[in-house]
Amino acid sequence: MSALQEIVNDTQPVETTPKKYMALGTTASVVVVLLLCLAPLFAKNFIIFQMTMVLIYAIAVLALNILTGGSGQFSLGQSAFYAVGAYTSAILMENFGVNYALTLPISGAICFICGYLFGLPALRLSGIYLALATFALATAMPQLLKLHYFEHWTGGVQGLVITKPDAPFGLPMSQDMWLYYFVLVVSMVIYVASVNLLKSRSGRAMMAIRDNEIAASAMGVDVARYKTLAFGISAGITGVAGGLGAIAVQFVAPDSYTIQLAIALFLGMVVGGVGWLPGSIVGAAFIVFVPNIAEEFSKGLSGAVFGVILVLIIFLLPHGSRQIAYTVQNWVHKLGRRA
Amino acid sequence: MDLFLNQILAGIATGAIYACMALAVVMIYQAIDHLNFAQGEMAMFSTFVAWQLMQWGVPYWGAFVLTLAFSFAGGIVIERALFKPLGNAPVLTHVAGFIALFAIINSVAGLTWDFTIKQFPSPFGSSPFLGSQLISTHQAGMIGVTIVLLILLFLFFQYTRIGLAMRAAAAQPESARLVGVNTSWMIALGWGMAAAIGSIAGMLIAPVVFLEPNMMGGVLIYGFAAAVLGGLSSPFGAVVGGFLVGVFENLAGTYIPGVGNELKLPIALALIVTVLVVKPTGLFGRTIVKRV
Repeated sequence: MSALQEIVNDTQPVETTPKKYMALGTTASVVVVLLLCLAPLFAKNFIIFQMTMVLIYAIAVLALNILTGGSGQFSLGQSAFYAVGAYTSAILMENFGVNYALTLPISGAICFICGYLFGLPALRLSGIYLALATFALATAMPQLLKLHYFEHWTGGVQGLVITKPDAPFGLPMSQDMWLYYFVLVVSMVIYVASVNLLKSRSGRAMMAIRDNEIAASAMGVDVARYKTLAFGISAGITGVAGGLGAIAVQFVAPDSYTIQLAIALFLGMVVGGVGWLPGSIVGAAFIVFVPNIAEEFSKGLSGAVFGVILVLIIFLLPHGSRQIAYTVQNWVHKLGRRA
Repeated sequence: MDLFLNQILAGIATGAIYACMALAVVMIYQAIDHLNFAQGEMAMFSTFVAWQLMQWGVPYWGAFVLTLAFSFAGGIVIERALFKPLGNAPVLTHVAGFIALFAIINSVAGLTWDFTIKQFPSPFGSSPFLGSQLISTHQAGMIGVTIVLLILLFLFFQYTRIGLAMRAAAAQPESARLVGVNTSWMIALGWGMAAAIGSIAGMLIAPVVFLEPNMMGGVLIYGFAAAVLGGLSSPFGAVVGGFLVGVFENLAGTYIPGVGNELKLPIALALIVTVLVVKPTGLFGRTIVKRV
């Protein structure tokens, strides 16, 4: 027990990489980005689609990571913001004929506002209370989407079907491949922006709040402002992911955005490592591929597999994939010194 | 007027269920300071166990008692296996643990009993209660069982040694340990009792919402709303909150135009957020003073 506690208490969720590891970190990033760029050239359309979904979920997990790892707030309601983003993009594309790329900033902005407004009362809630309020939000969301007042726009229970965009400029690419590269560019932009956000003055303010709210406010950090801001930013990024998800799946319906999705995103964050942004993609790959593998054994098993793995991780690897990455990094570093 | 009375009584009946759920949530909250997000799923699983026992030919009340025993044991096992080792781990780890439990139970129930909707019998029947059109016998039964349960719990906590020890362990763990209370087992006992109370809620609501793995989703949210309204640190408040939420839900559904059946869950959400913003301690909760 005490060993676990020690590890857990030792957490430094976000830290800048020490200089001597910098080279290795950069090499690793370049390799990952190259792999992500080249992979679709050798894969079938369905695999490309799945990789697109990995990137989209990675954005959503990243958003949750900014909120939890960055400002120390919880959300079990990310599925709600994801849904708002998805519906905004879908409605804009199908009812107003807006270009799919243009819908993303709008989805992001609307979700930012929703998140900011939800963050206002959430300010007074910390820890478990916030988890509770967002849990209720995630549970209530499908019901809100089914409301018959909005049926004209949302399609009610049936949802909306979206046409998939073609590659522009007559590029010789399949729709799936084009969408993959499109999502890849969006996610890299968001990733770089998030890293910079956390390194900025605002990011440091958020982390100060996470570590000790009272100390942070004593140092002059406007706690309320940064907490709501973190909530808004996280919701906004999730909204962009939701919009991309709607375009990739070509379909939105209330029952795609249940508490199960919120659980999956939360799991993705824990698997990737809380506060470790590169872990987001590991977590996302996990939540896309593990259910498929589990369902080969039995349909409906994925929930149990998710749960068991979550338990194993909180006991064995409280820092998720980040812990493995650090172990490997230390190991490589030691080898390098010996040679 | 009849409609109004009818809605109030029906609200009290469902409120009884919310009161049970809220009570279960509060018991675990008192013991370990965390909200059990899997409480609804635990209750759902117990209800399936009761259903299975009845399919095997066990009479209703036999299945009821066996299920209570099963839930009690199950609650203790979950606490010992999963949450005792977590101890003082950060909130995030606990939330992850509850979410894991939620996913596992939901999925296992779905695998074992599949996701089709099943009928669950009511021991009271559904005829009008004492010839009155206002309330059915099942609704009256829901209220009756809850009241009996509350009286038993009150007697247990007020007049038995174990009840006193449990209260001591929840209120002042350190001092309780000094006077020889085994606080660790008191927490496990609290889990067992919470699970058993939850299973009663599940078995009582199942004839109304039908039996399926996702049946407790809404009920749990109302239970949370009730617990927050009454104050998370007050079992008495949880019960009052449960009845209030039940009545409020029904009246809002009937009299506020446009709410109807579809907006009921969002109402619970609004209620939670409102209470937390206006009076975070709830109606009966203690104010928590934090040392800097």
